[in-house]
Amino acid sequence: MIGVEQGDIGIAGLAASGILVAVAVAISLWRQLGLERSLLWASLRALVQLLLVGWVLQFVVDPDDPLIFSVLWIVAMVSFAAYTTSRRAADVPKVLRLSLLAYTASAIVVLGVLFGFGIYDLEGRTLVPLAGMVIGNSLAATVLVSRQLLIAATEQRGVIEGRLALGLSATEAFQPHLRQALRTALVPQIESTKAVGIVFLPGAMVGLILAGVDPADAVKVQVSVMYLVLGSVATTTAVMSLGISRELFTPAQQLRRPTQRTDD
Amino acid sequence: MSSADAFELISVDAGPVGGDPILRSIDLVVPANGVTVLAGPSGAGKSTLLRLLNRLDDPVAGEIRWRGRALTEWAPTELRRQVAMVFQRPPLFAGTVLDNLRVALADVDAERAAHVLEHVGLDSELLDHEADSLSGGEAQRMCVARALLTDPAVLLADEPTAALDRAARATVEDLGRMLADSGVAVIWVSHDTDQLRRLADHVIVLADGAVRAVGHLAELDASDDPLVRQSVGAP
Repeated sequence: MIGVEQGDIGIAGLAASGILVAVAVAISLWRQLGLERSLLWASLRALVQLLLVGWVLQFVVDPDDPLIFSVLWIVAMVSFAAYTTSRRAADVPKVLRLSLLAYTASAIVVLGVLFGFGIYDLEGRTLVPLAGMVIGNSLAATVLVSRQLLIAATEQRGVIEGRLALGLSATEAFQPHLRQALRTALVPQIESTKAVGIVFLPGAMVGLILAGVDPADAVKVQVSVMYLVLGSVATTTAVMSLGISRELFTPAQQLRRPTQRTDD
Repeated sequence: MSSADAFELISVDAGPVGGDPILRSIDLVVPANGVTVLAGPSGAGKSTLLRLLNRLDDPVAGEIRWRGRALTEWAPTELRRQVAMVFQRPPLFAGTVLDNLRVALADVDAERAAHVLEHVGLDSELLDHEADSLSGGEAQRMCVARALLTDPAVLLADEPTAALDRAARATVEDLGRMLADSGVAVIWVSHDTDQLRRLADHVIVLADGAVRAVGHLAELDASDDPLVRQSVGAP
């Protein structure tokens, strides 16, 4: 019998969960989707990656582990997120540098609030997961805002140059597009914050409840997590978009052509 | 012939960064009184040259001077208020005609807005119409009105009638003529020789990235260079 004691389902439990992957594979075969290999590969990769991460985190989040390990782990997360962003938004000028700046700024702001105000105790067990939330949840929005800005600079060149030709600065000329890109990136996060609890029980809460925490307490943690995600997405996208906007124009208030944009 | 508002190009190369220059070692004085038409075959560099005059692009080599100063010594925003531009495809901003005018001058009042519309031959009733409901000719005239709000000394026009039908073309040409006569110098890129002959006080013929001829229409009609005569539609 598979029980849940303090969040441990055991190897047997993990293997049994694999039945659900088999369900997905069966559906793929039945409807001839051709996705069996992708499903199996993705599941295997997830398993290996998480087992590795779990093993490493043993040395990071234990109360006896020095805090510096947690900080190093966060640096690794920021770097990986920046790298992923640079791959997914490759045409964006100086994307790697700007991503590093954006995720770092966001982590500092959000974690500064969470630990500075004593909302959570500063230890590996809190620092690593919360930093992971900040960075992980900002990734999609950051890629989106970056791509949107680039699309605007390319497709709306006529309108932007129309404003520049009237004597507006680069900032003024680009403002409506910057605003639109940020709105596009933030609205999904706002929508999912609105729907939380009604449509789905989010991961943090599920994890806490499974581990035996009182749902009333789990909920408070979840709310604070939703707020921190909103704050971090807003901060990351703001820093990223301001950085990109500057790179799209020359100091002489000219909209650069794609060949003129400087890269990392 | 050259007025105080003439643009002086000195050894100018212009074109895509890292690519072959479209304009090569141009030494030229672009007159800025009346209507100056930039003519020449497609790809000659006419639009490239025009865009240098309000620094939408910069030359890759050489210098351009206006009113006694290198263009690079001007604040770009100030330069562009004095050297305005209209484009082949009129860039329409979100909202009404009044909203569009306000982009040029944020605090323009309804009276001034109505006045500038009438100046370009548009009904002031159009102020609260959505800008994208205007016809091609109306939109282009609105763009001229919008540009005039910054009190420019020069209006650059990059093939402003190329996308318009004949009737709309005529109204915009008349507007260009009127502006030039009222003291706003017009520098107009055109590949239409009939239009050139209707409008030009001065002509600059460009070909293959170089200046082939500069002068009044009558002089160029008598040019020895067949390309020049062809470019101005000499009879």
